[in-house]
Amino acid sequence: MQTNFLPHLLADPDVALAEKILRKCVHCGFCTATCPTFLELGDERDSPRGRIYLIKEMLETGRPADAETVTHLDRCLTCLACMTTCPSGVDYMHLVDHARAHVAKTYERPLADRLFRRMLRLVIPNPSIFRLALIGANLARPFARWLPAKFAGLFALAPKRLPPPSWVDAAQTIPAKGARRRRVALLSGCAQTALDTAINEATVRLLTRLGVEVVVAEGMGCCGALEHHMGETDAAHARAAKNIRAWTREIDGGGLDAIVVNTSGCGTTVKDYGHMFRNDARLAEDAARVSGLARDVSELLADLDLAAALVARPRLRVAYHSACSMQHGQKITTLPMELLAKAGFEVVPIPESHVCCGSAGTYNILQPDLATRLRDRKVANIATVAPDVIAAGNVGCMVQIGTGTPTPIVHTVELLDWATGGPIPDGLEALTASENASA
Amino acid sequence: MSLTMPAPEPEILAARDDLIARLREIVKPANVVHLDRELAPWECDALTMYRQKPLVVVLPETVAEVAAVMRLAAELNVKVVPRGAGTSLSGGSLPLADGILLAMGKFNRILEVDFENRVARVQPGVTNLAITNAVAHRGFYYAPDPSSQIACSIGGNVAENAGGVHCLKYGLTTNNVLGVEMVLIGGEVVRLGGKHLDSEGYDLIGLVTGSEGLLGVITEVTVRILQKPETARGVLLGFDDVKAGADCVAAIIAAGIIPGGMEMMDKAAIAAAEAFRPCGYPSDAEGLVIVELDGTAAEVDHLVGEVAKIAEANGATSVRVSTSEAERLGFWFGRKNAFPAVGAIGPDYLCMDGTIPRGRLADVLTRMDELAAKHGLRVANVFHAGDGNLHPLILYDAAIPGDTEKAEAFGADILRLCVEVGGVLTGEHGVGVEKRDLMGEMFDEVDLGQQERVKCAFDANGRLNPGKVFPTLHRCAEMGFMHVRSGDLPFPEIPRF
Repeated sequence: MQTNFLPHLLADPDVALAEKILRKCVHCGFCTATCPTFLELGDERDSPRGRIYLIKEMLETGRPADAETVTHLDRCLTCLACMTTCPSGVDYMHLVDHARAHVAKTYERPLADRLFRRMLRLVIPNPSIFRLALIGANLARPFARWLPAKFAGLFALAPKRLPPPSWVDAAQTIPAKGARRRRVALLSGCAQTALDTAINEATVRLLTRLGVEVVVAEGMGCCGALEHHMGETDAAHARAAKNIRAWTREIDGGGLDAIVVNTSGCGTTVKDYGHMFRNDARLAEDAARVSGLARDVSELLADLDLAAALVARPRLRVAYHSACSMQHGQKITTLPMELLAKAGFEVVPIPESHVCCGSAGTYNILQPDLATRLRDRKVANIATVAPDVIAAGNVGCMVQIGTGTPTPIVHTVELLDWATGGPIPDGLEALTASENASA
Repeated sequence: MSLTMPAPEPEILAARDDLIARLREIVKPANVVHLDRELAPWECDALTMYRQKPLVVVLPETVAEVAAVMRLAAELNVKVVPRGAGTSLSGGSLPLADGILLAMGKFNRILEVDFENRVARVQPGVTNLAITNAVAHRGFYYAPDPSSQIACSIGGNVAENAGGVHCLKYGLTTNNVLGVEMVLIGGEVVRLGGKHLDSEGYDLIGLVTGSEGLLGVITEVTVRILQKPETARGVLLGFDDVKAGADCVAAIIAAGIIPGGMEMMDKAAIAAAEAFRPCGYPSDAEGLVIVELDGTAAEVDHLVGEVAKIAEANGATSVRVSTSEAERLGFWFGRKNAFPAVGAIGPDYLCMDGTIPRGRLADVLTRMDELAAKHGLRVANVFHAGDGNLHPLILYDAAIPGDTEKAEAFGADILRLCVEVGGVLTGEHGVGVEKRDLMGEMFDEVDLGQQERVKCAFDANGRLNPGKVFPTLHRCAEMGFMHVRSGDLPFPEIPRF
């Protein structure tokens, strides 16, 4: 695509990169076909190609962002389905990152929106505050209808039953059971440690059972994705830098074979640390090293001997939901399904599996209407394959889909942990009772 | 850009605010897009060389809304440009500065799948591939498969009479459309055909298919669906000279074999595809032919052997027959990625679309190389060999001043060459604006006049997608045809005979 950037703007390496990305787009429109918001709205401005155009118009002159461009950028889920579809290899992810940073710098959102976003940034990445907020949400639920509409999304998502903090999320080194085959660091996640502690517990049980020593590094916290996607580059980089330092200490100390992430949204971001810090003289090298070691938990499991640890379990019918950050962000497509099949489950693919469920980080809080439409679309697709249980590799999707279906939804590692001798995942007890009865 | 579009009418531009207000009464106000900074995403389709922001964009949601917009357009004498998915390579939906752009993206529902009658009834914004996806669970598919099938809309397919790799055997869009609902410029909704093969009266669906948005706005399409062939296998043939490849293609057809698809790539296209993502094509070949045979397993196994024999008799330097589905798809990989592959080395490319008699291929490719030298640009060729449809991809860099004009001139020379050797200007992309000014190379004044009379019969005031297809815009009165509405003579200033 032809661009007309004002020459002095291209001196900024980030703008120069954006220009290079734009030049790759040939405007073929293939991306529109898999963009969830275009599928729902049928409006070019809510398609990747349209957004690329709006971004181009804004960046070419460096003018401040306007309300309309912001509206259409805000509606983008950053699911990156467009990048899977794009035949020309347009790096939409880094283009929209840059555009969002430009919006954050040049556009003043209405006060209520500003405060709401600030609140999300304060609450979600801090597990202790987030836990209090979720308790508060439960207490306030009866009064929800008197609160501003903005809060509706939050109330819908807050789980009615909250787990207490888990021992597994404290900084520590958890030794392998038996001979140590690997030493890895685990990203505990931020929201995950408040919303669903079972995921990290299952991960640690499973990994240690397979001979992996798991380090929960001192000083590690939120990966920064939440603020990164809001265009708050400095805040996001500050969080990422803390993690890079924490893991670098471990790499240089006890050594690490991998940095394991069991929330694919965070995994996409950690794998991008190298890019985020490419122009940072102090951290570029360490960031690249961290990104190089980052693995989704399924990638690590594929290297371990899962088969040897299997125990007999009922053969449940599992619909595997591939998170966008998993399939589009990290290009991990069939691997989790292969692991589940290897563990003895009947794995069924979901139709239209490339389309986002609407979770997308804080999207379901900031864009509740579109998010709910996409959730309903996803739930309807899942229903067509009539599974016993839904598995996913991203806590955000689990919460989002869970609000729309009575079918239990668990993390892939919870099923794999169970299949190798761990406790039965929450919500599956009734299912296996009837299975056993009928067997 | 060196393209001349109809001059914007000052009185329409002056009345823009009134038009916007009236449109907002017809559709949801949010579905009228008029701020300058929001119009850019619509300024071109997949032919990015020509760009123009529309006067206003309207996104209707119902047929009634389309009809009301068309009534309003007729009342205010405003031009209307329909747009589907915006994947046209001929600029078929290039907007007009004084025209409404009617974007049909919200018409994206499949209305009915009727397996008993083997048809699907869909809204025009449904993508080509979405039709196949909706019927695949019963082993059916929609046959025409343009390269953009993932994104292009069926409404646009009908407007352009889209083709694709498999049209050699299964026909173009026109052979697979059974019914159309469309809105005429005055707002009248007409339905043509239905779920059956033939209709009473004139074959108006044949007329509408390929009419490039000049006759009406398509609001519903009924297509025929087919049972997916039981199996398909590919044969990958390399030749050390393109003439041998072209002769082989002709020999396969002459032997009575109709492959599901038969594609050819020249050396430049093979090199681009291999550089983009290695796909195992013979790197020393001057020409590559991919033949796909489909049908029952016994039939396909037999035909694969026949094709291999013909290829060897015609001097193929390499013959590979797929033994698995993965290998068959691998044969197609480079071909399917030819456009982005060329885009990667372009950095810009202009995709041409001419059709020639198959026997002239070697001659045309040689002369195309001479033209490339003359214009100082590179060209790569992919070719629907079975039906003679050539897609030369001209590489240029829009950032270099003068390069765009050179590419345009080169493209025009290629199409002149196609006509000169007995071919035609377009195979499947349509005329649009891209080939409009070359229509005179193909048709004389009498031919063009007859075609314009058909346009006048539907749209006497030239309000629907003017500036496309016909090189000069005649007023219908000049054609000896006059549309008198409410007793008002149109264009009373024109002397009449």
